[in-house]
Amino acid sequence: MSDTLPRDAARPVPPEAAEDDVLVRVDKLVKHFPVRGGGLIRRTVGQVQAVDGVSLVVRRGQTLGLVGETGCGKSTLARCIAGLIPVTSGTVTFEGRNITNLSRRAMQPFRREIQMIFQDPYGSLNPRRRVGAIIGDPFAVHKTAKGAARKKAVQELMERVGLNPEHFNRFPAEFSGGQRQRIGVARALALRPKLIICDEPVSALDVSIQAQVLNLLADLQSDFGLSYLFIAHDLEVVRHVSNDVTVMYLGRVAESGPKDQVYETSRHPYTAALLSAAPAADPDAAAERRRIILTGDVPSPINPPDGCRFHPRCPKAQELCGQQEPVLEVKPGDPATHLTACHFPVQAGESLARVAGRDRR
Amino acid sequence: MSLLEVTDLRVSFPTADGLVQAVRGVSFSVDSGRTIGIVGESGSGKTVLTQTLLGLTQGGRIEGKAVFDGTNLLGLRPDQLRKVRGAEIAVIFQDPLTSLHPLYKVGWQIVEMIRSHDRSVSKKQATERAIDLLGRVGIPRPRERVNDYPHQFSGGMRQRAMIAMALSLSPRLIIADEPTTALDATVQAQILDLLLRLQQESDTALIMITHDLGVVADIADDVMVMYAGKAAEKAGKHDIFYLPHHPYTKGLLESIPNSSAAGQRLRPITGQPPSLIRLPSGCAFHPRCAYVMDKCLTEQPRLAPVGDDGNHVSACWLPVTAAGLAAEAEELRRRAVGLGRNEAAAKIAEAIAERPESEGSVIA
Repeated sequence: MSDTLPRDAARPVPPEAAEDDVLVRVDKLVKHFPVRGGGLIRRTVGQVQAVDGVSLVVRRGQTLGLVGETGCGKSTLARCIAGLIPVTSGTVTFEGRNITNLSRRAMQPFRREIQMIFQDPYGSLNPRRRVGAIIGDPFAVHKTAKGAARKKAVQELMERVGLNPEHFNRFPAEFSGGQRQRIGVARALALRPKLIICDEPVSALDVSIQAQVLNLLADLQSDFGLSYLFIAHDLEVVRHVSNDVTVMYLGRVAESGPKDQVYETSRHPYTAALLSAAPAADPDAAAERRRIILTGDVPSPINPPDGCRFHPRCPKAQELCGQQEPVLEVKPGDPATHLTACHFPVQAGESLARVAGRDRR
Repeated sequence: MSLLEVTDLRVSFPTADGLVQAVRGVSFSVDSGRTIGIVGESGSGKTVLTQTLLGLTQGGRIEGKAVFDGTNLLGLRPDQLRKVRGAEIAVIFQDPLTSLHPLYKVGWQIVEMIRSHDRSVSKKQATERAIDLLGRVGIPRPRERVNDYPHQFSGGMRQRAMIAMALSLSPRLIIADEPTTALDATVQAQILDLLLRLQQESDTALIMITHDLGVVADIADDVMVMYAGKAAEKAGKHDIFYLPHHPYTKGLLESIPNSSAAGQRLRPITGQPPSLIRLPSGCAFHPRCAYVMDKCLTEQPRLAPVGDDGNHVSACWLPVTAAGLAAEAEELRRRAVGLGRNEAAAKIAEAIAERPESEGSVIA
């Protein structure tokens, strides 16, 4: 029997060259949060479909960028992968082992391997504890270093992320935003994890400081062979750091693939709109650009639209889009790594812009 | 005569730790129908600057002049200022959720705004006006939504409601303080589009405060880059982006990731902004500046014209011909630094070179 057809093409899992290249595989992950009524019994009256069947792959030593708007489920997905919240269905596989919904004890060894950096460098550090203690916490939790050895390890980490090791005894309030983010990076790095999930790590920082932190993350990646799942809404930042990019919309993957494929030859109208909306720091480009102005806001994930979830805002939507959910698949002419969930993908040279570049003076 | 002309504005706040010099002598002007973008990092004084114009800074020492249509705003009594605020000059803040009162209906808040300036308008008329405004800013079914509370609106809709409120009295100047920072890219695009359209319709002047150079590139006509309470550079948009003179402007432009240099190393500015209580001597940027010269340590540069048109000014000791990102400009800068750098500056330059990407020491 011949098996010439690329079977992977129809499956919503990005196909890859070699399986041992893969650090994390997420397959059809679903996370619904119950919505309870206000009455005495608190019956479940609905589900927030925060993540609804997402599949993705993080490769060793590489960065997967995850983009999407507020409420698209990217942070929920990150928390599911890190095992911070139980998943509703689907699987998370880390180095070939299924780590979905493990017990606390069974999860413990994996927690070392998967660490997180959070968006808010103010909110993610306890203001009443000294920086040395904060960075040393992972050693305490995992009982790997004590006393003088722990202090030494912490100071090495501080040095590595560009903090002065002598500031070991200071409180978070004595550091600036960028420095606090470095503290968060040091803490994440303490146990030499294989995967760091960065949830909007530079969004709260000024541009000049943002560049410092991005360079630090790049250095650490090459020094320690780290893999990153990099979540951000700034498309230029994601383009800068990522090898592959996954675009999410309302709990589902709209498009995914190698960075250049997704950015240069976007197939999903949502990706195209997102890219056209992001302002570039270049007045000439801004004047020439044809912006796709979407109408309306992201709908509620409690009651998402039928069919393609993007169809009520999509400039290309047709009747089919409201009836049938598109499958995440390779579109004609695309490489096998570039997947799009759209009935009417954007063709090369096609323009979706409603208005030509706004001419001003 | 410009619509708003700010001259040598200074604002400082006495605190237990010392005098915080938030704004240190800033001058700029805006004409009707034009947009000035004010760019700077946290703590550069951009928000204090504009809030002072509206009498919203409390406990500050204020000097200088801000003449709006012939009246000095800084000399007005609170009741006089209240007449200007809202009716003549409107503000849009960054966070629309905290700027709207959560217990009152959105429509009621707009009606209140209209009626507080003109009691002769009936509630019914004002409500009709509010519905019309909500429709103009793109809120669907405004006749129903006018009775919603702020929490029933999404982030983008709240910001639209804020814009509707700002427009309700047809102001001649709108101050938008990071109006799109809290919004997603596609919604940001909608809001910027809306602001531009409304500006063109009614010839309003717009002051756009932002840290996002992309937003400035998109909608500003003129740009003022602020650093540590002063204007580092002022120019038309194209000059700022293509012929930056001040090393801080240049540093900001170089630190943004962009598609043409994807995958390459970013070039951040070393160190962090200074404390506004203990400012560095001379040019406040010198401890972070790759082109530091001896003069920069002791003498504060004034804004001086760069280029030919006279609109482009920069406060830097580098030669005025050394503007832009091209190799020739860099050569001019290097030559000036070679002549102007002796022992004192060499030490600082060495320190910067040693810790090219660290953030320096802890906040003073």
